[in-house]
Amino acid sequence: MQWTSWSAFFDMGGYAFYVWFSFGLTALCVVWEVISLHKRSKTALRLSKILAQG
Amino acid sequence: MSINWFKYSSPQTFYPLAGKMIPWFAFLATIFAIAGLYISFAVAPTDFQQGEAYRIIFVHVPAAWMSMVIYIAMAGWAALGLALNARLSAMMAQALAPTGAIFTLLALVTGSLWGKPMWGAWWVWDARLTSELILLFLYLGFIALQSSIDDPRRADRAGALLALVGVVNVPIIYFSVKWWNTLHQGSSINMGAAPKMAATMLMGMLLMALAFWMYTVAVALMRVRCIMLERERSSDWVKALSVSTGEKL
Repeated sequence: MQWTSWSAFFDMGGYAFYVWFSFGLTALCVVWEVISLHKRSKTALRLSKILAQG
Repeated sequence: MSINWFKYSSPQTFYPLAGKMIPWFAFLATIFAIAGLYISFAVAPTDFQQGEAYRIIFVHVPAAWMSMVIYIAMAGWAALGLALNARLSAMMAQALAPTGAIFTLLALVTGSLWGKPMWGAWWVWDARLTSELILLFLYLGFIALQSSIDDPRRADRAGALLALVGVVNVPIIYFSVKWWNTLHQGSSINMGAAPKMAATMLMGMLLMALAFWMYTVAVALMRVRCIMLERERSSDWVKALSVSTGEKL
């Protein structure tokens, strides 16, 4: 293990902003993409249902 | 035993198959990501030159790899769709483009976040950075072109041509650090040469790349299912499916 404490871990040797921004943005993109695809699928199914029943 | 692959080339039969595959790829992506992040932050040692900032490599390099791999896969599916006039292949190309664009953007932004503390600049117009930016424009151009043409078959053909012409950019990105004098460092891994980086760093990078790869397959399958539903909205199979899933109106 590289870290003496949690605060040292979060500080990333003074590069906290650069490191956590990189990883955070990546995580955000993943979450956004999955949620938006989930919504898109629901919308498509709902529209087809309206077509099927209309 | 022989499998009739053509059976799966119709959206109607591929839709449920893709649905069964998604959880497996999502599971693999999660496992690889947990292992990769553990090595990235807990096992890999501090770099003697760059300190902790180098840890950006564990998202930057896999994202950059995926940006190129996805483009080649997208162009391959597009070419297949063009050659065989196969609608599922064209849908696969369309499903890969947004994920490829996201990884390209991530490669550029994380590169910028790495460049600022190490080079002192967010951006430089060197060959590696510029060609990766062109890759982003190619993805966005492909998406915009496809969505601007109403007839899906014509949109597929136009998109496929753009994707194929743009393939020339991928080797330019890959070899840019060799062909030109770039501020960007050389390849992290060279074919046929022993890696110069620590084994744990390499392992972390490879695990993160595998996680991104499995993630890409999972979201591309999710998106291709959406595209199938949207394009075949008025077909009987989509109507029957939408009624049976019980979505609220």
